Amino acid sequence: MTASIAPRRENMLARMRSGGQRPPWMERPGWFGQGAKALALTLIVIMVTYPFLLALGTSLAGQRELEARGGYVLIPHHPTFQAYNVLLQGGVVTRAVLVSIAVTAIGTALSLLCTVTLAYGLSRSGMMFGKTLLMLVLGTFLFAPGIIPTYLVVQQLGLLDSYASLILPVLLNVFNVIVVRAFFQGIPSELYEAARLDGAGELTILWRLVLPLSKAVIAVAGLFYAVSYWNSFFNALLFLNDSSKYPLQVVLRSYVVQGETINAHALGVNVLPPSISLQMAVLIIALVPILCVYPFLQKHFAKGVLTGAVKG
Amino acid sequence: MPTSPRPVTPRSEAPGDTTASRAAVTTGRPPGRKPLRQRFRRDRTLLLLCVPGILYFAVFFYLPLAGNVVAFQDYQPFLGFKGSPFVGLRNFTDLLAQPDFWIAVRNTLEITVLQLVLYFPAPVALALLLNSLVGETIRRFVQTVVYLPHFLSWVVVVAMFQQVFGGTGTVTSLLQNHGLAVGNIMSNPDTFKVLVTSEMIWKDCGYGAIIFLAAMASIDMTQYESAAMDGAGAVRRMWHVTLPGIRPVIIMMLILRLGDILSVGFEQMLLQRDAVGADASEVLDTYVYYHGVIDGDWGMSTAAGLMKGVIGLGLIIAANKLAHRFGEQGVYR
Repeated sequence: MTASIAPRRENMLARMRSGGQRPPWMERPGWFGQGAKALALTLIVIMVTYPFLLALGTSLAGQRELEARGGYVLIPHHPTFQAYNVLLQGGVVTRAVLVSIAVTAIGTALSLLCTVTLAYGLSRSGMMFGKTLLMLVLGTFLFAPGIIPTYLVVQQLGLLDSYASLILPVLLNVFNVIVVRAFFQGIPSELYEAARLDGAGELTILWRLVLPLSKAVIAVAGLFYAVSYWNSFFNALLFLNDSSKYPLQVVLRSYVVQGETINAHALGVNVLPPSISLQMAVLIIALVPILCVYPFLQKHFAKGVLTGAVKG
Repeated sequence: MPTSPRPVTPRSEAPGDTTASRAAVTTGRPPGRKPLRQRFRRDRTLLLLCVPGILYFAVFFYLPLAGNVVAFQDYQPFLGFKGSPFVGLRNFTDLLAQPDFWIAVRNTLEITVLQLVLYFPAPVALALLLNSLVGETIRRFVQTVVYLPHFLSWVVVVAMFQQVFGGTGTVTSLLQNHGLAVGNIMSNPDTFKVLVTSEMIWKDCGYGAIIFLAAMASIDMTQYESAAMDGAGAVRRMWHVTLPGIRPVIIMMLILRLGDILSVGFEQMLLQRDAVGADASEVLDTYVYYHGVIDGDWGMSTAAGLMKGVIGLGLIIAANKLAHRFGEQGVYR
């Protein structure tokens, strides 16, 4: 739908750039309009980036600088990695980071596996019970089962206080299943027929034909899963009593949002850097993986969101 | 002249025939509906592949859905679902008699209204602004920046707001140095609802703009051309071409929003509840969490959750109907 018309804007812009004339409905706005736009955009960009830079600057600042500036520091003149060194030396934060990494890695792998297999089954028309199963999956859009019943189910399964409780209750995301399924359905049926004639079974078709063709959509679904596992905080709070199993977001909450003091003993060191740079360092550690995957995610998600919105 | 009896067409076969033959077209299977056992043999690999996923939805979605019976029970954890005595609607009547339940309802509705008024138009406005940019580089750059906060956790977002608006936050200190003592905005119950709405705008406005931008990209360029010929300036074209062009999407998003009218940022409230107190920040979801999981009042809090779910379901169906009546596409499910 968008594909047929959208390029026209691009064509128009390309023509304009290569020395052609601006079409009359793309005239340059007056100085006032241009100024207002520039101001609005600058403000928006500053409002989004300022907190990131502030956290980064403060986490790198030393004691003296923090005192001199009375709190947070945007650009430290003598940056030091002391806070990070202390946090990652094997204390509470290190453990939380490891828990978060493991949950994210294992969870993403399991989620992707189940998403791909389910989406593949549901994408084949004429499969036995296919329509019923699809309805079962789509039905989950309408109603949320509620916190307490979910908690009771997790409890009855004996998953409380286990790392599995951070993964299994959020294993699949309907939205991702629908997007991957829509992509699978777009693969031309001639390819299936050809594979079938060559004697390929379903598993071979999935592994050798469908997966290589859908690398992009699977990567995006995987990144979405990874981001949500990395960010998950409430499930840990709900299902874990043992604080030594807490993932990073919960630790971040207690140290930064609730302002709990970070004591040297918990970190396994003797001398502490200023607590505010420690806090901001925890914040930055929680952010780094997101910032790392973001460029890859960003390239694809607009398309993914639209597939979901149009076909869902 | 009597008409001859209609010839029996070969079409009148089993009603499921069409699916089977469509399947044959896409997968190269022989046409005709086979007996159940043969179909099972044929599809067993596919069905087996679906098992983990379906199991997930059964265990973590449909089973808890059934678990809502707790709302009608005096649930005792050591007796379980089966052993706990049924109490009919007593949990619901008890719930409605709780003053703090009504505080939660009021807070939820107030935040919803604020979100609808302040948050909902923000992505549309941002999309209009971005769409009006002709230079592709600036547009890309701003888009990249504004989408990012959506991928942060609420913990990070709240922590970031704290460093700016908290008691020692940079903006707070700045205002204080200029003689404006605003105090700690993060723990002020009076401004809490505006605060959470701004946090939401900061986090999700950019991401929410994607869908409107896509809708704008699909508007026919000739409409702008003819509007410009008729002498419409940039603002009038935005008003008469762009906005009507994205109307179906706006209505669809409103309907989706209506479905979650009673879910107003659970994690967000939970994170800030300690700072501002329950009176200002208790919403239905946090009510369920604190009264159920923390205080062990299982039956009543499940009743609250169930009520919320049922009202949400009713709202989304009603909104969809309404959309159809207005001649819009709505959300088909």
